[in-house]
Amino acid sequence: MKYIDEFRDGEVAKTLAFKIARLAQPERSYSFMEFCGGHTHAISRYGLSDLLPPNVRMVHGPGCPVCVLPIGRIDMAIDLALHQGVILCTYGDTLRVPASEGLSLMKAKARGGDIRMVYSTLDALQIARDNPERKVVFFAIGFETTTPPTALAILQAAQEQMRNFSVLCCHVLTPAAISQILESPEVRQWGTVPIDGFIGPAHVSTVIGSRPYEFFAEEYRKPVVIAGFEPLDVMQAILMLIAQVNEGRAEVENEFARAVSRDGNQKAQDRVAEVFELRREFEWRGLSVVPYSALMIREKYGSFDAERRFKMDYKSVPDNKACECGAILRGVKRPQDCKIFGTVCTPENPVGSCMVSSEGACAAHYSYGRYKDMTP
Amino acid sequence: MSEVKRGYVRPLDLKHGRVDMTHGSGGRAMVQLISELFTRHLGNAYLGQGNDGAVLPAAVLNGKPARLVMSTDCHVVSPLFFPGGDIGCLSVHGTLNDVAVMGATPLYLAAGFILEEGFALAELARIVESMARAANDAGVPVVTGDTKVVERGKGDGIFITTTGVGVLPDGLELGGARVRPGDVVMVSGSMGDHGVAIMSQRENLTFEASIESDTAALHGLIAKLLATGADIRCLRDPTRGGLASTLNEIAGQSGVGMMLQEKAIPIKPVVAAACEFLGLDPLYVANEGKLIVICAAVDAPHLLATLRAHPLGVDAAVIGEVMADDHHFVQLTTAFGGRRIVDWLAGDQLPRIC
Repeated sequence: MKYIDEFRDGEVAKTLAFKIARLAQPERSYSFMEFCGGHTHAISRYGLSDLLPPNVRMVHGPGCPVCVLPIGRIDMAIDLALHQGVILCTYGDTLRVPASEGLSLMKAKARGGDIRMVYSTLDALQIARDNPERKVVFFAIGFETTTPPTALAILQAAQEQMRNFSVLCCHVLTPAAISQILESPEVRQWGTVPIDGFIGPAHVSTVIGSRPYEFFAEEYRKPVVIAGFEPLDVMQAILMLIAQVNEGRAEVENEFARAVSRDGNQKAQDRVAEVFELRREFEWRGLSVVPYSALMIREKYGSFDAERRFKMDYKSVPDNKACECGAILRGVKRPQDCKIFGTVCTPENPVGSCMVSSEGACAAHYSYGRYKDMTP
Repeated sequence: MSEVKRGYVRPLDLKHGRVDMTHGSGGRAMVQLISELFTRHLGNAYLGQGNDGAVLPAAVLNGKPARLVMSTDCHVVSPLFFPGGDIGCLSVHGTLNDVAVMGATPLYLAAGFILEEGFALAELARIVESMARAANDAGVPVVTGDTKVVERGKGDGIFITTTGVGVLPDGLELGGARVRPGDVVMVSGSMGDHGVAIMSQRENLTFEASIESDTAALHGLIAKLLATGADIRCLRDPTRGGLASTLNEIAGQSGVGMMLQEKAIPIKPVVAAACEFLGLDPLYVANEGKLIVICAAVDAPHLLATLRAHPLGVDAAVIGEVMADDHHFVQLTTAFGGRRIVDWLAGDQLPRIC
């Protein structure tokens, strides 16, 4: 497959692995956080850590849209489906995330909630057109990648003057999450989470560009290499990060130049700015309440805001006590450090959100890498 | 005096007619549906007797009483018609294959239909004709059946359950528990065709893939494999859950592990592209006309040649081997050079594919 196979070439990988091993200085260790779940997935799926020397370690970041969604937000969606009689449209990944009272959207569907999986916001709009007598709510989650399509759906709904369509907006912002991690005591004071650099987001960066990361590189002296989601992209980025660390540089470099520019996608940014404004604060799973880290729908488009329309209030719900998702999302713990990993918490019966999406650190390790934890 | 002949019954309106509750009520309408549609297309001496059950001769193989293999399969695929097939032929192939992978020669089929009130008789006729064609091509008659009608909204057009019976020669033991370390794992062709063909037709997906379902009856191919006398440990058709789930099933049954080679697994470029686009893994996508063969290593070359000599096995390939592993992991050497688990399917990749 063109534009795919080239980036999964095993021979090129060997060459890169050799270069990485040669460049990494044996007397020091390198710890890089891949922010995005897409990178986490690629690392696990292609067995990439097998190709890295032991002193180069990857720390999984919080960039999995499903993982960072707190229970309270899923509860709101379930409430809409079970008690407000709406057709709730959602991306497939969100269906299995555990919520309060042992529920999930999947289980709410089995209890009679009209919950439909969609691939695109446009599918949700079409469902609203096809069911004019029903209220249709799109459960909008994700980082900057999925935000423009939501903005577009709202603009389209406004143009068509649709009265039965609204959006439960849970869109979050990448730079705010990176700041939160860099400001955390584990990174700043205690040094329990050593981060020597970041692999920067792929798809998010196609929208926001590489400019927003320049602040982190300068302010926190952390190199950032923006990389695509293919395994060779990740290898190349690791090589570039090692070079920066060795040379004492902390710059933003762009490995994913085939899709990411410094300024990003201006049209997409304009649409987002037209429809959304910053939320004063938003609770993330793992990162707790982060100021100005999420978006809400502007007053002008308030009639498409499910929170306003159904007069919903967010209620914070604590995670299961045994679940280490929070620490895993901050890079403090690895999936295999969690007591319930692979026993009580499995992809079939996830306790925490990181075990749900294939981009979640726990699901990726369970599905692809857990053989490494076993003694032969 | 009416011109209409005595005893005239207005035939079923197969163009515009629809299933209604009377078609399942046990009265004349039901009898008419059965005779004008089911027995007309599926008809044979057993079905034609019209009794509550079919009386079948005792199974004999080489002059001795033979063991029977029986298997049943429910079919709820949506959409009912898809590129390369429909629920009718699928319901025949699915059950025939389940009987055949046990090593048995399929002899008879039974079919149960659950119809939804309002279902177009024209579509029902198309489905029954397709079933009849598949059964006829396979040389396995549908000897008994049943029809029920549920109220509108209580079904989804049509569900079909088929049951198959076959005879198994003495001494032939195939099964998921017979696999041993050192055995070789083969597949008869490309993975994921059926699931992607179904996916390409689903209403909320607007991509058009020129891919057809691989639905096919495999007992002919299996007979050729068995005729070689090779030590085949296990045959299985990787339907729901795809190759990955089926191999995990076998690994668990036999208490072994497996190591697959990603590069060796045949996947059509169009299927790979569609899966890439949809975020699916072709190893988990369903097949309806493919076979997994696990055999002693010494027999692998011969069996591979036999597979490739058959029209349903031209793309057959050796994809990996069985190894000792107390954790029963199915692992994969990725084309990239790393190693990973090929786990059970978690959740539901594709709803209602068979």
